[in-house]
Amino acid sequence: MATKGKVTGVIANMVLLAVDGPVAQNEICYITTGGDRLMAEVIKINGAKVYVQVFESTRRLKIGEEAEFTGHMLEVSLAPGMLSKNYDGLQNDLDKMEGVFLKRGDYTNPLDEDRIWKFEPLMKKGDKVGAAAWLGSVDENNQPLKIMAPFGLKGSWTLKSIAASGEYRITDTIAVIVNDEGEEKALNMIQKWPVRVAMEDYKQKPRPFKLLETGVRTIDTLNPIVEGGTGFIPGPFGTGKTVLQHAISKQAEADIVIIAACGERANEVVEIFTEFPELIDPHTGRKLMERTIIIANTSNMPVAAREASVYTAMTLAEYYRAMGLRVLLMADSTSRWAQALREMSNRMEELPGPDAFPMDISSIIANFYSRAGYVILNNDKAGSITFIGTVSPAGGNLKEPVTENTKKVARCFYALEQERADKKRYPAVNPIDSYSKYIEYPEFKEFITGRIGDGWIEMVNEAKTRLLRGKEIAEQINILGDDGVPVDYHVTFWKSELIDYVVLQQDAFDDVDAVTPLERQQEILGLVTGICRSEFDFEDFTEVNVFFKKAINLCKQMNYSEYKSDKYNTYYKQLEELLAAKRVS
Amino acid sequence: MATEAFQKIYTKINSITKATCSLKATGVGYDELATVNGKLAQVVKIMGDEVTLQVFEGTGGIPTDAEVVFLGKAPTLKVSDQLTGRFFNAYGNPIDGGPEVEGKEVEIGGPSVNPVRRKQPSELIATGIAGIDMNNTLVTGQKIPFFADPDQPYNQVMANVAMRAETDKIILGGMGMTNDDYLYFKNLFSNAGALDRIICFMNTTEDPAVERLLIPDMALTAAEYFAVEKNQKVLVLLTDMTMYADALSIVSNRMDQIPSKDSMPGSLYSDLAKIYEKAVQFPAGGSITIIAVTTLSGGDITHAVPDNTGYITEGQLFLRRDSDIGKVIVDPFRSLSRLKQLVAGKKTRKDHPQVMNAAVRLYADAANAKTKLENGFDLTDYDKRTLSFAKDYSDKLLAIDVNLNTTEMLNVTWGLFAKYFKPEEVNIRQELVDTYWK
Repeated sequence: MATKGKVTGVIANMVLLAVDGPVAQNEICYITTGGDRLMAEVIKINGAKVYVQVFESTRRLKIGEEAEFTGHMLEVSLAPGMLSKNYDGLQNDLDKMEGVFLKRGDYTNPLDEDRIWKFEPLMKKGDKVGAAAWLGSVDENNQPLKIMAPFGLKGSWTLKSIAASGEYRITDTIAVIVNDEGEEKALNMIQKWPVRVAMEDYKQKPRPFKLLETGVRTIDTLNPIVEGGTGFIPGPFGTGKTVLQHAISKQAEADIVIIAACGERANEVVEIFTEFPELIDPHTGRKLMERTIIIANTSNMPVAAREASVYTAMTLAEYYRAMGLRVLLMADSTSRWAQALREMSNRMEELPGPDAFPMDISSIIANFYSRAGYVILNNDKAGSITFIGTVSPAGGNLKEPVTENTKKVARCFYALEQERADKKRYPAVNPIDSYSKYIEYPEFKEFITGRIGDGWIEMVNEAKTRLLRGKEIAEQINILGDDGVPVDYHVTFWKSELIDYVVLQQDAFDDVDAVTPLERQQEILGLVTGICRSEFDFEDFTEVNVFFKKAINLCKQMNYSEYKSDKYNTYYKQLEELLAAKRVS
Repeated sequence: MATEAFQKIYTKINSITKATCSLKATGVGYDELATVNGKLAQVVKIMGDEVTLQVFEGTGGIPTDAEVVFLGKAPTLKVSDQLTGRFFNAYGNPIDGGPEVEGKEVEIGGPSVNPVRRKQPSELIATGIAGIDMNNTLVTGQKIPFFADPDQPYNQVMANVAMRAETDKIILGGMGMTNDDYLYFKNLFSNAGALDRIICFMNTTEDPAVERLLIPDMALTAAEYFAVEKNQKVLVLLTDMTMYADALSIVSNRMDQIPSKDSMPGSLYSDLAKIYEKAVQFPAGGSITIIAVTTLSGGDITHAVPDNTGYITEGQLFLRRDSDIGKVIVDPFRSLSRLKQLVAGKKTRKDHPQVMNAAVRLYADAANAKTKLENGFDLTDYDKRTLSFAKDYSDKLLAIDVNLNTTEMLNVTWGLFAKYFKPEEVNIRQELVDTYWK
């Protein structure tokens, strides 16, 4: 019999229940009040006194009202039909809700049970079936999805029967498996999985090495992220976190993109589902929305559901990774998630850690990031979850608990900087503080050499050194004045400006400049490196300024032009002429 | 709503703090309203049979045997067309001597809009101020605050914006406003003959601080009525949100909550987001746009209130006195409208985005030149030209007394480019230079 409870206390969305039976940590219960059923999750147990966080407003909740426990943790339903959906943090289908306003206690089915799928079996009767084994496949938005054996399946199971190729609903039985004891399980296309538990039915998790192309030059060229890699983007407000995240999610070479809008602005989510159905995936030519799932738990939606939303998103990502797909997961912003943890910890009167965040914030962040990764599945196919989270540091100060703890676990760091944003040097990623650990991996070097050719990493490192040198010289010029330093200092400074303007700065709102394919990035870096390695003959620093401003302008015009178009070639020719006039051979 | 036939009266209060009191009571709902000796209060905590009430006016003079009556409902506002042209206090009671408003009684602080039922904002709000329209274009359904020190004329600029913007309703929510500023708004609205589209909810410095907590929800509940039921374009002005946050910290402190940064409650982000996220564009045409004021202490935007606000709102506007021209300008570096790209170059002329960025970049170069000058270095010819440009740009465009349409603003800027620079110095797409360079 299900355990029942009665409300004995209410403080905002934390509710105390007195229970009459066994209860598990993180178990889900429903509290009935005024005709609404409010979903809640157990967060602390003290004898018969159970603390739950309610995923809804607790307005008018009264002492003595009843709660019913479900016997399971917060879980999501996984099946074909989730692509292009807009979910809330608890995987309710937002489009199925009626009315303009969200109604308390309105839970909708995340799946479409009436939709018909064309199923193709991939296994045959008598085959051994392990957890997450690929039983069959269906096609969704031209994406071949696998129908898998239950995650976490234990014991030795054999396929007793499997449905023939044909049309089925997700609720239809498509396979029956039997174990050594003769116990049978009928399987349909639906999986359920608790969101707070990592899905680990794969063979191994090697170091990731394949470049994940994003079309953003400051990432791909300078600090690349890889399939199955982790990265984070901290930045004060107004430095372009969201624009950068949207650019990555539009352009990245991934099979599935999951965007968790966690405690951020609703209009940003609206932007995604207004624009994505119109935009074309640059890699496949299909609509972007077809590969995208949005988990929208905006800042005005209940705090506890916000905390759950990142786990919901990660679990969906794990589902697709188990099919051998490349998943990109973006969470904006992980700071809001941490703040949700803080609000609850505060209401439970736990002793606070730094900045009133819970003491275990560091392990919570680390565990979450470690669920991403590149994995070899049990059938030796590969799948990946690349995770990029944004962090919104309080006051733009990177010495705060969420940034510091994220820095310990994420391998790429894209530091957005107020100063660059003020100067409109977008994307405002600081080229000197930011890093990608992957560029140091020998596996990555081998991959990128195979993809682009020799000398790439050397060119990238050279560009970074020039940027650093340029920054140092800029400081000296500021102190000593234009006349106070030799002319070749100005040349070195302007070479770093050339890299900054031409490689780093990119107009996310320009049709051409917004996305740069890797081949074109190779050309740009090659061009810029060529100029930087050249010696020029200048009379004085004014001449240096004028020369490089012209060069930068021509390179930027090239960036704005279609690759190798007539216009592009004209600017290229003008640039060659400009360079030739001053180059020392 | 009919009054309950039976209302139990409690007369034994166990504990009283400056803002809250606790008593034993049963059958009470969370968030419910009560009266304590006639003063309005709201349930903020229930533990067993112990109920904690937040008394809006403060608990001064409340005896332990005060009469406590629970009203069985959360705070409400009666909404109808009768709200128009009226002035109310934080409880939604008239303070202009007029009659009570009749209408549908709705709970304030109601549910959020389903994000999939929102429409992407796309309608420009013209203010005539180039520092706003050109550099930081406002859009219906946007939420944006002025970040300003208390000595800056933010209320005047905001009032100007409100009067020039084409909207159906202007709803002013005043929190901790000085009586003088309240009268300023009242006179301005009356003299401009704008009373047919004004609604005012006012908490002045003379009123209890905790009452302020009701103001934004009151204003936005009224806004939702006109935006949803009447499909109107509603502009909500909230000033000053820092005073609102101060009231939040008072209450959380009285409830023994552990404060986070700057003594603010840990839930500050969610509390502010709940208000600002009411800004919305509905598909049926109605919209709620929020322009707020967040006063700063010595320009410090890392303080918890402006910091959290900045993460919630769609940009922020900074005012600054420009000593070169002796006028207040909209600071082009620190101001930002996140929604501007939804209209800039789409609802305005197509050169708008590039002209705006180029002008700000040149203005930044001028700032560098100025630093050089102050450090006693010689200026290059380019430096000198940027300085002259900056002065003109500031005077003709950034100053808050400017009143132009966006096409005029762009033409003026191209004129300044041509006056001081060569085309390759502005880094603008060649086609645009070919068309507009003068």
